[in-house]
Amino acid sequence: MFASLQDNLRTALKSLRGKGKLTDANMRDGLRMVEEAMIEADVAYPVVQDFMARVSEEAMGQKVLKSLNPDQQLVGVVHEQLIQLLGPVDPSLHLEKDVTVLMMCGLQGAGKTTTCGKLARLIGTEGKKALLVAADLQRPAAVQQLHVVGESVGAKVYSEENASDPIAVCQNAVKFARENGINVVILDTAGRLAIDEELMEQLKTIDRKIGPDQCFLVVDGMTGQDAVNSAKAFNDALELDGVIMTKLDGDARGGALLSVKHVTGVPIKFIGISEHMDGLEPFYADRMAGRILGMGDVLSMVEMAQREFDQDEAMKAQKALEAGSFTLDDFKRQLEQIMRPGLMKKMLGMMPGFGDMANMLQNTDHEKDMRRLRGIIDSMTREERRTPKVITPTRRQRIAAGSGTSPQEVNELLKQFDAMSSMMKGASPSELIGKMQRGDLVDPTGKMKKNKVGTGKRLSTKERLAQKKVRDKALRKRKKR
Amino acid sequence: MGLFNPFKKSEEQPAPPAEEQPSGFFSRLKQGLVKTSRVLNTDIRDLFKQEGRLVDDEFLTELYAILVRTDMGVGPAGKIRDQVKTDFRGRVVHLSEVLTTVKTELVALMQQPETPIQFAESGPTVVMVVGVNGSGKTTSIAKLASYLKSQGKSVVLGAGDTFRAAAVEQLSIWADRLGVDIVKAEQGSDPASVAFKAVDFALQNNKDVVILDTAGRLQTQTNLMNELDKIRRVAGKKIEAAPHEVLLVLDATAGQNGISQAKGFSEAAQCTGIILTKLDGTAKGGVVVPIRQTFNLPVKYIGVGETPEDFALFNAEQFGDALFADAF
Ligand SMILES: Nc1nc2c(ncn2[C@@H]2O[C@H](COP(=O)(O)OP(=O)(O)O)[C@@H](O)[C@H]2O)c(=O)[nH]1
Ligand SMILES: Nc1nc2c(ncn2[C@@H]2O[C@H](COP(=O)(O)OP(=O)(O)O)[C@@H](O)[C@H]2O)c(=O)[nH]1
Ligand SMILES: [Mg+2]
Ligand SMILES: [Mg+2]
Repeated sequence: MFASLQDNLRTALKSLRGKGKLTDANMRDGLRMVEEAMIEADVAYPVVQDFMARVSEEAMGQKVLKSLNPDQQLVGVVHEQLIQLLGPVDPSLHLEKDVTVLMMCGLQGAGKTTTCGKLARLIGTEGKKALLVAADLQRPAAVQQLHVVGESVGAKVYSEENASDPIAVCQNAVKFARENGINVVILDTAGRLAIDEELMEQLKTIDRKIGPDQCFLVVDGMTGQDAVNSAKAFNDALELDGVIMTKLDGDARGGALLSVKHVTGVPIKFIGISEHMDGLEPFYADRMAGRILGMGDVLSMVEMAQREFDQDEAMKAQKALEAGSFTLDDFKRQLEQIMRPGLMKKMLGMMPGFGDMANMLQNTDHEKDMRRLRGIIDSMTREERRTPKVITPTRRQRIAAGSGTSPQEVNELLKQFDAMSSMMKGASPSELIGKMQRGDLVDPTGKMKKNKVGTGKRLSTKERLAQKKVRDKALRKRKKR
Repeated sequence: MGLFNPFKKSEEQPAPPAEEQPSGFFSRLKQGLVKTSRVLNTDIRDLFKQEGRLVDDEFLTELYAILVRTDMGVGPAGKIRDQVKTDFRGRVVHLSEVLTTVKTELVALMQQPETPIQFAESGPTVVMVVGVNGSGKTTSIAKLASYLKSQGKSVVLGAGDTFRAAAVEQLSIWADRLGVDIVKAEQGSDPASVAFKAVDFALQNNKDVVILDTAGRLQTQTNLMNELDKIRRVAGKKIEAAPHEVLLVLDATAGQNGISQAKGFSEAAQCTGIILTKLDGTAKGGVVVPIRQTFNLPVKYIGVGETPEDFALFNAEQFGDALFADAF
């Protein structure tokens, strides 16, 4: 559904290749595409317009670099501007005081209660004690919900039976915290619409009477154009200190974050990536920029791959590679890791626009492919596995017969082993996944290649290097500030 | 599924039967949408500071901005803009002309027969409610139950969200308040078995309607999406045609991801309609426009608040009217 911006731009700006300068006229199509991509990503329109002005100003007059294609150059500018707008990053909770009070606010169903639990867990891992305060007296069973959440992360929950005044509950909770050696108080307020004057007034009263140290707006990652309105209203009422965006484990592009950042100016603290209590991550502007552009959150994916991989196996393979002793046995083990049922699909599911691909993988028989590949390798002698060079056509015949495959298939596997071992020199398995995702590698089972699904980005090594340059430049620029 | 054509006469729709409407439907809908329409109308009015205005690029861009802000997406917004351009370019136009065009566009697209719940010919009707996390499923179930009860139907709720903390308690509170039956199991138990028990309960006790709650899930979570199919199948074991309705609960604040939601949930659970919630805020829910266009999935009900009464049948004509109510 969402083709990547880069693909569209590549077509639109083809004629610009080697044309010298980016100008208003020759960029028009490209800029229109950027604008549409931003709207498709749910960036609010006024913010899009503002953003476009920045992008065209930045891009205008830039020479089309020899090493870059104009589309990449424009994407680079867009990416860089996005990173600038989404930053600066400050993931600290600033828990300096004896008792720090954090207040959560937001629309109904945004994920406030869940995020309270996640924060309490995080605070707990830092050796501090958190108290969750049940100040949502509106939603049925909200108090019970917080109790269940609190219990699951080992945090105390403060609630009052038959309470009707959230302000009193918060006041009493802070007192309780002071008397009971608790370091951090987290107020779980009721969801409210930004236009609900009565409830917004109530929130202001809590703010005034309790004086929380930090006030966080929780925003649903799937939010559309309305994000500017609600964020502005909450910020006007409370002077926010940070933003947390939830539900980014799905395929939402999360452009609302740019809207929120634009109108509030406060740092984005965390993102929610699961319903579970460990599903909270620090915010990274560059990753989010890629996501908004529909380039997929490759880095998050790589991190997940790292978690999923057997680290011992990975280390072994890494050592083997470094020592130049990577054998077909290692190759087999690596394949088994990568082709593990479900893993690939899970990771592709994280990529906006890759949902179809994930579904496609579901229908391919990886088990069978794995069995075939394993069969081929198992039919080799030890020597052949260690030094594939010794495999002569005669030996190939024998291996094929032994594994019930054809000599071509054996050949195919050997070629891929070759490609992989040179590609993998110095690459960890998780980087390998990244490479596969970018299409640098053929799928060892040959399936993905055959099916030829339009999957978006396919960058050559050269293109990647060029992109990295742009990224690095952006990074340097950011560090300077 | 067609291109926008504002001047294509929409097929005559029979007026909805009066007794299908919850009390004060129009006023409630209007109340919920009044803020929305205020935004839209003020904006469009701003375009016409003088009596009429020349339809030029600047004008068209402003119109486009207004349309985009409804969350309808670049496709529909662009088409409407282009149509207005074709029809009015270079002319000096009046507010009512353009508004009529835009409204006709939207109403024609969203037009549908009044299709509330399709009740089973005999025996209990099974309604399954699905959607992403926090969209308003449980609250909408309370609203629907209350609505059906007011029509004299007997209702039983199935507490199929066995995952989220205190989700069962939340639905139980609603069942209590509304005085309807509820079938539940412990947190963590199999939602399909809750569905089975709820359908069974309805059969044993001659209930008219079973409404099955489900845990929120994202359309990208394949395993959880497959679980919906399992719930469907289990419900179908007791009553062949069940579930008779599968309603997708869509948050009006949702942006373009709503399209992916409609696609994912339709594929996994064969949705029959949408409940569009949280229209009482400033969000406009315009993403139902491309959803309707692409998947032909009708909006059946709307939610305009947190109480059971904040609920109404969706009606394209009235929806359009309410959106532009102040303009005429
Ligand atoms: N997938 C996913 N679901 C989330 C996330 N954060 C919250 N949720 C879910 O969103 C729904 C609403 O969350 P809740 O904390 O009750 O929202 P509140 O009304 O703002 O307090 C629940 O079903 C949560 O499990 C997240 O990061 N990812
Ligand atoms: N303002 C408003 N809030 C709603 C509406 N529908 C549901 N909510 C609120 O949204 C939050 C999540 O609703 P819930 O039914 O628990 O969502 P679920 O996770 O999908 O079951 C709750 O705080 C509800 O009160 C609506 O139409 N308008
Ligand atoms: Mg809550
Ligand atoms: Mg629920």
